[in-house]
Amino acid sequence: MSLAAIAVDRTVLELKMYFRERESVFFSFLFPVLMLSLFAAVFGDSFRQGGSELSAAQFFLPGMIAGGVMLTSFQTLALSVSMERDDGTLKRLRSTPMPPVAYFLGKVGLVAATSLAQLALLLVVTRLVFDVSLPTEPSAWLTFLWVFLLGVGGGTVLGIAYSTVAGSARSAGAVVIGPLLVLQFISGVYFAYGDIPAWLQQVAALFPLKWVAQGMRSVFYPSAMQTQEVAGSWEHPLTALVLTLWLVAGLVLSARTFSWFKRGSV
Amino acid sequence: MTSPVLVEGLHKTYSGVPAVAGLDLEIHAGEVFALLGPNGAGKTTTVEVLEGFRRRDGGRVEVLGEDPQSAGLDWRQRLGIVLQSSRGLDLLTVREALASTAKVYRQPRDVDEVLEWVGLGEKRDARTASLSGGQRRRLDVGMGIIGRPELLFLDEPTTGFDPRARRDFWALIAGLAGDGTTIVLTTHYLDEAEQLADRVGVIAGGRMLTVDTPAQLGGRHAQEATVSWREDGGVRTLSTAEPTAEVARLAARFGGEVPELVVARPTLEDTYLRLIEPHAVSVERPVVEEVAR
Repeated sequence: MSLAAIAVDRTVLELKMYFRERESVFFSFLFPVLMLSLFAAVFGDSFRQGGSELSAAQFFLPGMIAGGVMLTSFQTLALSVSMERDDGTLKRLRSTPMPPVAYFLGKVGLVAATSLAQLALLLVVTRLVFDVSLPTEPSAWLTFLWVFLLGVGGGTVLGIAYSTVAGSARSAGAVVIGPLLVLQFISGVYFAYGDIPAWLQQVAALFPLKWVAQGMRSVFYPSAMQTQEVAGSWEHPLTALVLTLWLVAGLVLSARTFSWFKRGSV
Repeated sequence: MTSPVLVEGLHKTYSGVPAVAGLDLEIHAGEVFALLGPNGAGKTTTVEVLEGFRRRDGGRVEVLGEDPQSAGLDWRQRLGIVLQSSRGLDLLTVREALASTAKVYRQPRDVDEVLEWVGLGEKRDARTASLSGGQRRRLDVGMGIIGRPELLFLDEPTTGFDPRARRDFWALIAGLAGDGTTIVLTTHYLDEAEQLADRVGVIAGGRMLTVDTPAQLGGRHAQEATVSWREDGGVRTLSTAEPTAEVARLAARFGGEVPELVVARPTLEDTYLRLIEPHAVSVERPVVEEVAR
């Protein structure tokens, strides 16, 4: 079989495993749309009555898309790769003539399919259920495209790199989900970024999630709202720079640290 | 035909401590070769060097005509490896796990035929998580042989099996060996080595102590037999080089059946333990303890 055929087979296999695991379906695939629906139901139109231009669903949409990007890429891969290293799956794959790159292509295929499906679900629900109008200008969708790609790409390579830190499968859950949850709270996913203390904003600004969320706000919020951003603008060039740096760092880190074998076993 | 496995003077050291120190090994085409040895003897290191998972510090190693350290994926096409750990794949069905493995080989065996062969035909659509230990191990073997390997490594394949499952598994391996696959088996079970292996190699202290057939290992065939029977309310035992004559004498004396008659040769386990005994002391026991005695 050709590399492409093996990579497609790996992707199908990865998707089967992903959707058969209730935890991953709930905590990474459905979580953003569930949270969005919950917030929209709880807050309803109270945001508008408080003087905001946005309904609750509209307000939370960019953050939920950004959070979802990190869940389907970073969290999924950090957890699955560390588990597969721990239970010997990686060593077994390495013992076969499977081209190693096919494994990574399978992971990329998994992330691409799940993040796109999750995005589609989020957009459809916000549009149809919560009656939020989506942007129509091509420039907004162009911005969306590069923010989404850089976010998913960075999350993918960083997740693979982080799997080495996550160590054994038993500790991986806490080591992966904990920090990412904190990051979501301080990066403008669940709270408005401007409402967070300045020092926490600076911590969040070091990581990619804040920039993905900000980029998504620039796509889905009216452009007049950029004056309410902490920096007073959408900061597109800086966003592109930070996300690209993380993508490159993730590539280098994952290439340098990846191992098919459990630590101490070979 | 060159030997599928050829090792000369293998050396491997972990942070200054030698794990393998000048090990030689030659495995012939088509044979089942069992590697025995106590934990820490260098068995696992040796096998992992042969499998291409570990780099060596010295010596010459050839597996299927190539150096495992530099051999590529074409070499892995000809190899089957059944690892010690048997976890993962929980979310896939038996058939999915085997079929996905088959896809990476150029000329795989038929997936359904292999499923029948390893006795998992009826389990094909079951999740691997639901398999028993023995069934899961048979799936591992299925994945190991799906690519028609010329050489198959089996690492402690029956640990944790019940006796029935172990017998079934032995029959499976014997069938494979009958097809001409060269098999390298590591095990802690001496009865397993005796049942399956054409030749046995005993590793201790990072060296190959001896290589022989299970029947002749350590001069086992030439050692005295033990004859025991019941007489006057107690068990009588004697060692003899001529057990047949001894039994004939006993039969004549009892005028028929000898009560609870047993004729025993030293078991492979006895021989093995005698072989590794000196090494177990020098390698594993701290010096202080020896002085204290």
